[in-house]
Amino acid sequence: MTDRIIGQVSRVNGPVIEATDITDAMMMELVRIGYGRLVGEIVKLAGSTAVIQVYEDTTGIRPGDNIFGSGMPLSVELGPGLIGTIYDGIQRPLEDLLEAGGEFIAKGVTKPALNRDKKWHFIPADGLEAGSMVEAGQSLGTIRETERVEHKVLVPYGKSGKLLELAAESDYTIAEKAAVIETGDGTFNMEFYHRWPIRNPRPVKERQALKLPLVTGQRVIDTLFPLAKGGTVAIPGGFGTGKTMTQHAVAKWCDADIIVYIGCGERGNEMTDVLMEFPDLIDPRTGASLMDRTILIANTSNMPVSAREASIYTGVTLAEYYRDQGYHVAIMADSTSRWAEALRELAGRMEEMPAEEGFPAYLPTRIAEFYERAGYMTVLDGSEGSVTIIGAVSPPGGDFSEPVTQHTKRFVRCFWGLDRQLANARHYPAISWLDSYSEYLDDVSGWWETHSGSAWLKNRSEMMELLQKEVRLQQVVKLVGPDALPDSQRFIIEVCTLFKNAFLQQNAFDDIDRYSSVEKQVRMMEIILLYSRRGTEAIRHGITLLKLRHMKVVQDITRMKLSIANDDMKAMDKLEARLVRAMDQLEKIYE
Amino acid sequence: MSKEELISRELLAGREYAGIDRIEGPLAYIRKTHPVGYRELVECIDREGNIRTGLVLDTSDEVVVVQIFEGTSGLTLPDTRMRFMGEPLSIGVSEAMLGRVFNGLGKPIDGGAAPPTDDILNVNGLPINPTAREYPRDFIQTGISIIDGMTTLIRGQKLPIFSGNGLPHNELAAQIARQAKIIGDNSNFAVVFAAMGVKHDVARYFIDSFEETGVIGNVALFLSLADDPSIERTITPRTALTLAEHLAFNKGMHVLVIMTDMTNYCESLREISTLRGEIPSRKGYPGYLYSDLAEIYERSGMLKGIGGSITQLPILTMPNDDISHPVPDLSGYITEGQIVFEREMNGRGIYPPVAGLPSLSRLMKDGIGEGMTREDHPHLSNQLFAAYSYVKDVRNLASVIGEEELTPLDHQYIEFGEFFEKSFVHQDSHEDRTIEETLDIGWQALSKLPVEELHRVTEDEIDEYYDR
Repeated sequence: MTDRIIGQVSRVNGPVIEATDITDAMMMELVRIGYGRLVGEIVKLAGSTAVIQVYEDTTGIRPGDNIFGSGMPLSVELGPGLIGTIYDGIQRPLEDLLEAGGEFIAKGVTKPALNRDKKWHFIPADGLEAGSMVEAGQSLGTIRETERVEHKVLVPYGKSGKLLELAAESDYTIAEKAAVIETGDGTFNMEFYHRWPIRNPRPVKERQALKLPLVTGQRVIDTLFPLAKGGTVAIPGGFGTGKTMTQHAVAKWCDADIIVYIGCGERGNEMTDVLMEFPDLIDPRTGASLMDRTILIANTSNMPVSAREASIYTGVTLAEYYRDQGYHVAIMADSTSRWAEALRELAGRMEEMPAEEGFPAYLPTRIAEFYERAGYMTVLDGSEGSVTIIGAVSPPGGDFSEPVTQHTKRFVRCFWGLDRQLANARHYPAISWLDSYSEYLDDVSGWWETHSGSAWLKNRSEMMELLQKEVRLQQVVKLVGPDALPDSQRFIIEVCTLFKNAFLQQNAFDDIDRYSSVEKQVRMMEIILLYSRRGTEAIRHGITLLKLRHMKVVQDITRMKLSIANDDMKAMDKLEARLVRAMDQLEKIYE
Repeated sequence: MSKEELISRELLAGREYAGIDRIEGPLAYIRKTHPVGYRELVECIDREGNIRTGLVLDTSDEVVVVQIFEGTSGLTLPDTRMRFMGEPLSIGVSEAMLGRVFNGLGKPIDGGAAPPTDDILNVNGLPINPTAREYPRDFIQTGISIIDGMTTLIRGQKLPIFSGNGLPHNELAAQIARQAKIIGDNSNFAVVFAAMGVKHDVARYFIDSFEETGVIGNVALFLSLADDPSIERTITPRTALTLAEHLAFNKGMHVLVIMTDMTNYCESLREISTLRGEIPSRKGYPGYLYSDLAEIYERSGMLKGIGGSITQLPILTMPNDDISHPVPDLSGYITEGQIVFEREMNGRGIYPPVAGLPSLSRLMKDGIGEGMTREDHPHLSNQLFAAYSYVKDVRNLASVIGEEELTPLDHQYIEFGEFFEKSFVHQDSHEDRTIEETLDIGWQALSKLPVEELHRVTEDEIDEYYDR
């Protein structure tokens, strides 16, 4: 860090500092303030004055304290060693801070984001040698970062040219020389890591249409409201409706290659929970530990508010970096409302004119910019990768009409609305089948139909239709009681209750039920629909609802999510056969 | 820090100015000072020579804004002196503070001398590094069925009581403080009690309750009562938590922190914010209310390798019983669950009047079950919630079509609901139930329902406990 003084503090108001006598500064430049060298960022320049937002507690900063410029925007370090690490909002490694500064995060303690001492085994790419031409984004070789992640050492953006030197296969620290490239403007000594400003999206070759689902193992999501790889989704819900639980479930079981989990302004214990639990959980697809694909960013609610604002960008930049290596990355941002509130707080301190509910007028622009960094891309070296953004929203009072939820809805194409009533009944995940929607349904139905037969979309529509009918029937029941309905209609309610209990509701703590394979989900839906179709038929033939309800096999259907393992399709077939037999018998009696 | 900077700071510390330029509510404005640090401690000396404590809220070349905790009444512009101390607001802490009564700033008000101090700590504390936290999973038995069974309290948790005026939140908090224990663990514990803007008799009630059970020697009280300056309330929880952190993390004690009433705290914050002309968010509360509350609530939990813990039990009254009011709403987003009171249940004489459905404990999933409470606990509580939620639907239906029109099954649910409220939720304020008793009553309630209705318990559990 240079000691270039660029100005002095003139006013301190919480995390916002005003500065005078600014000589040489640029917008969004990373600066350090005062004797403690607190990290800040220039957010406004006017003549010789500037406004700086500070990422640490400003207690003790006085007018007249010096401001030191760095000459670069707020950036993150990108290189091997990111996976499995927990960072704060401005990429300070929390485990190293613990070692250096104790249990409490003291001010001004800094550690490099990537470990400078650790050695990595580098294998240069085939066919590359001194004299080859290399392009930005091209992989010069690989490092095995974790059991499941092969880290590609990419030529940084803007550094295309002739390769003069390439490191041989051996062990290196990240600060050692990886290559020397002759670019248009001089030779460039490339290390195993580089920096990238967090507020700039990393360049790609082109955007692709979305076609693959992000399989999460959560039945209500995969079957009713699927998300596509490269897509965006918002999860709004009042407190206690299970936003964090849903985010955790997706982070654990979805089929992304890399997970970036951003705890933005949330509880400290929740991050601890992830830290404790993830290393012990095994990914059902690869057999490796879940921590081997996870990066955590923890900016808990009591950490400085400006760092909360930055944490979202830090997370998405790390995600883009792995996307550029050809991986499918999913980001969980919990919660984007806290981020929006950080914007509001900073805007308030800067005495900006507020728009709705005190939020600054640029809130929708910022939300849009963030979600637009998702997508399914052809990256610079021609391979494909994606960034999927899953953002939790915490509407005040659980009221979805507030600005953050409303603006988020404009920029996401999938919406999993959490319902207070369901949460109160401990129906988790409490994703409402009435408020939620997914615009990715048509995009991903092709994948589902090749994987599970052509009836998938039809079955799903049938089930949704029943659920919609049930709502209307329930309204009648609320007015006149269930006895007023004919058996055929009461049976619809019966089927929907079964569907809710046996299918939609999923126990995150059960060893089998916490994750449902694609095959199992499909078979479960088929069995419930079979019960529905045969039952409707039977009622038409005069069989009473009571008889249908008391079939022993219905109990087993309710429990199939818990009792039948994910890969045991034989057991599902047997269950189906039993249902058919039971129905046949029932009808025989009445013939 | 360079040597010159250090020297200049030392020289400036304690510099005093005679006369202030403006007073507005609890805020004093002074022009033309030396460079004063943000959040620096200020001693404000009035005409009679009494010292009041203040804190720098805004500092710039031109003007410094100081918030005076004891209020500004009686201050004059020319005769008031301000001494800038060059350090943040700190209090001395020690174990000897247990058994004593302090004001919101940590000064003794029980007539005794100031206790000896082990350490002097900044009241604002520092954020705990998430990697240093130990995930809380020790079950605390409160002896209260609705809490132990359905919204289990865990050591190191922050679990607020959302109440309303006239509801027995104080009784419940006192009962928890009296009965809370970890099964098979008798290690040293302490209670830190912070009162913000509550009445004298409420404080008296707690003191009597602590005396009655003989724990008063382990209790430190920080009282900023209804007739104290409202501004003092903004510092009271921080002072109390600073002592709690010292006891828990330096002395290895298990500390229960009771804070009442958080709504008063938030109102004081709003008062200052409005005076300073800040842009308000909902209902006039400042935009940083969430961050500010988080600074308080997040000072709880356990640390790896350190024995102690801080369990927080904040009490807040919901204005007009509205749970979507900013204070309960933002609290609910930070705390690890909530115990919600319902006026209607109180009216029916049920104590504690805890509304089952909106109440929640986020940490209970890892603190209950085999080896901690009993193996059937997770499924049982889940089933009780589900069934009770259906009871509410049936009652709504009954109020429209009349109870006679209900199906036999719905009648069984009504019966279950009655039993659940009268026998499971309701108990005496001195009744201390073991967790086994609580769970058994839960099964008795479930036994009012036909076995086919129990989807969330396993067959083994049904064989073992159903209708015994």
